[in-house]
Amino acid sequence: MFRDPKTLLLLFGMPIAQILLFGFALTNEIKDSKIVVIDYAQDNASKNIIHKLSANPAFDLAESHFNAEQIENAFQKGTIKLAVIFPANFEHNLLHSSNSQIQIIADASDPNTASTLSNYASAIIQDYQLSQLQQQGMATTPLNIDTQIRMIYNPELKGATNYVPGVMALVLLLVSVLMTSVSIVREKELGTMEILLVSPVSPLMVIISKAIPYFALSIFNLTIILMLSYFLLELPIAGSLVLLYAASSLLILTGLALGLLISNSTDSQQTAMLISLMGMLIPTILFSGFMFPIENMPWPLQIISNVVPSKWYYIIVKDVMIKGLGFSSVWKEMLILTSMAIALLLISLKKYKIRLV
Amino acid sequence: MQNKVITTTNLTKQFGDFTAVDHISFEVNKGEIFGFLGANGAGKTTAIKMLCGLSNPTSGEATIAGCDIYKETEKIKQRIGYMSQKFSLYEDLTVIENIRFFAGIYGLTDQEIKEKGNALIENLGMQDSMHKMVGSLPLGWKQKMAFSVAVLHEPQIVFLDEPTGGVDPVTRRQFWDLIYNASDRGITVFVTTHYMDEAEYCNRVSMMVDGRIAALDTPDQLKSYYNATSMDEVFFELARGAKRGE
Amino acid sequence: MTYDVTLQNITKTYEKGAIKAVKNVSLQIEKGELFGLIGPDGAGKTSIFRILTTLLLPDEGMANVNGLDVVSDYKEIRKRVGYMPGKFSLYQDLSVEENLKFFATLFDTTIEENYDIIKDIYVQIEPFKTRAAGQLSGGMKQKLALCCAMIHRPSVLFLDEPTTGVDSVSRKEFWNMLKKLKAQGITILVSTPYMDEATLCERIALIQEGEIMSVDTPQNIIDQYPMPLYKVKSDKMSLLLKDLRTLSYVTSAMSFGEFHHITFNSKTDESAQLLEDLKHHEKLECLPTRATVEDCFIHLMQNNVHAE
Repeated sequence: MFRDPKTLLLLFGMPIAQILLFGFALTNEIKDSKIVVIDYAQDNASKNIIHKLSANPAFDLAESHFNAEQIENAFQKGTIKLAVIFPANFEHNLLHSSNSQIQIIADASDPNTASTLSNYASAIIQDYQLSQLQQQGMATTPLNIDTQIRMIYNPELKGATNYVPGVMALVLLLVSVLMTSVSIVREKELGTMEILLVSPVSPLMVIISKAIPYFALSIFNLTIILMLSYFLLELPIAGSLVLLYAASSLLILTGLALGLLISNSTDSQQTAMLISLMGMLIPTILFSGFMFPIENMPWPLQIISNVVPSKWYYIIVKDVMIKGLGFSSVWKEMLILTSMAIALLLISLKKYKIRLV
Repeated sequence: MQNKVITTTNLTKQFGDFTAVDHISFEVNKGEIFGFLGANGAGKTTAIKMLCGLSNPTSGEATIAGCDIYKETEKIKQRIGYMSQKFSLYEDLTVIENIRFFAGIYGLTDQEIKEKGNALIENLGMQDSMHKMVGSLPLGWKQKMAFSVAVLHEPQIVFLDEPTGGVDPVTRRQFWDLIYNASDRGITVFVTTHYMDEAEYCNRVSMMVDGRIAALDTPDQLKSYYNATSMDEVFFELARGAKRGE
Repeated sequence: MTYDVTLQNITKTYEKGAIKAVKNVSLQIEKGELFGLIGPDGAGKTSIFRILTTLLLPDEGMANVNGLDVVSDYKEIRKRVGYMPGKFSLYQDLSVEENLKFFATLFDTTIEENYDIIKDIYVQIEPFKTRAAGQLSGGMKQKLALCCAMIHRPSVLFLDEPTTGVDSVSRKEFWNMLKKLKAQGITILVSTPYMDEATLCERIALIQEGEIMSVDTPQNIIDQYPMPLYKVKSDKMSLLLKDLRTLSYVTSAMSFGEFHHITFNSKTDESAQLLEDLKHHEKLECLPTRATVEDCFIHLMQNNVHAE
């Protein structure tokens, strides 16, 4: 075992990395979520509640004078997760009619975060209500703050909105990377690669003929996932299908290129499989944002997450599929994904060996 | 009866409706060099697997080194040695580590391992290489060493599956010298080979055709029976009639 | 004389020079020749084949196939040669016919176009053309592999250990096929660890540890065996070999099938003396015999060792 440094690294490196990652870096706990408060009341009661909200570590609070449209915009861009809106005459209503309203709007395209955040906010408001009650004694009629929660993009808080895009990223990457690398390495193991090399067929042709079926297969897979989520999970596809397929094609291309790169540097199917799984599955789960919110990771991990193609794909799919945004909103992510695909394809073509060894 | 180390009666192995080994019956004597020949796909490998206790027969009886082939497979494994062209030794262990490892598996004491290991290394003239990785040795050395390791625990029978494939002609003969030595010590050698000259070195030879034993005798008797000048011709004569596989 | 394949001082090392697989090898192979590279595993046969089929770059030296350089003209060479690698096992899950079609397409041709060249071999496996290649016996796989390597009418055919692990009946059939192919004017390079196959080639190179020990026709190589050779036999062959080695006038004693081959120290015939000295053996005989390629290989091998 000690003569095999790779195994050694795997055995001892893995637990250390996992403990560090799961222990410190990756948490479902919510910290410093960007929320916005719009205070039409500007009175003591609203200020009091805003103060309590800002004191909570879960929130990174910004006060603003957004109008409804600006709020909509901020949600679309993903710059805010939650908005708390105090109507005018908030305290007045509260004291005189014993009844007042607060509106909470949450971005439920990530239902977990949305419900956690809105729960936190309601709890703070409840808390305030309770403390007011105690101050005034039981004499007066109980104060009642009516918290209205609006879950936008996903009013039913379906978990599917979160995991369907994640599963899409996983499946597409896995199929394209794994199948490409394994199928090419298999030719090496069988000795047929030697024959393919000693034939007039250009390496590019070999690659293309390997890639096309897996590309088609992945697109087919994607269609199945979308149909299942649409009919079975009743998850509507809000945005453009064309855009969705375009983004998926980019991810598949990236995967094919990665698979090709892996197959170049390995000689056994097992190794190819192991590298594909470790190299694709784990980063996709950890860094695409569908299991662990990227905003909550320490900055080194946030930087790392930028090189994971599935992160960008995940953002695009959520924006297009759940929020129904168009190309103008996701062009930046599309551009990043395109450059990744092109760069990887170029590297893998360049590194593709025309001889053995 | 003491002399018979392998006895099989109607030993059969079926895979579905395919009979790989079809009622084979034969006996092998103690200290004999027994050649087990046959064309590709005749059923040799399947038969050897059963004899080594690695695979259960479908029907028939067999006693290997005094042990029943159905009930005492673990005992059989203690009493036999096995070596094939493909599996020989751990390439990333040194010569001496391989010896210690395999000797340990067969329950040799530390004292025995030391004595026998040293004798083995001396015998093969490998004193200078004992701390080298087996992977770095020439193929011929590996094969000779693999054989020596397979008989280190003085098994009653050693099974050799194409032990000399691809080995140079000098090493091939040295390998057979090792086989003769083992046979002189009373170890029964059960060997398969594609080299027909090696069939001549065996005391007796069996020829498998389509899962059955088509002929079994000394090389001389087989040659005179088939009116052949070499074992190659005998083999050709018998295997030509094979139906299976084609 | 036109040479179809030439190697000039080819050297190939692995692991940064630690392993010398091919040492300064030079060879010329004529057009239309059936040439055998004879040697054990690890002698460097596969490395030479891979260099000639443009799969490996030599460390030193030059090599040509069809007058084309294996390094710079690799694309052109790949169109012209047929290659059957040692561990080649076809596409197991494709049928016989599909395999053949695939390779025909690979070389931009069709089965029909070149059917005449593979016909003799293909008719033997044609009854099983719908069977998956993985389900074929060793001998049939080999025939199919040969068809696949031939389907584009190559001018040079490289067969790396086509008969290894194949039983002697199938081996004989295979060599008969090669003779027929040779008759069609194809240059064939074949490697094998089986010395008895050497005589089936027109010319052979005996190779050991990356070095060519001798290149000639099998007959010339046998004729060059320097000493008279005798075969000895008795009813106890193993004991006989030990006894032979104790005799001071016997230089070497090696088992060769049913006989032991021996040479004497002097060129004179000592067989009478031998029969006398070993008379305790029953059925003892000692007769002059002709050397085989294997005798020559052993002789060259041992002389090489002494030279080092």
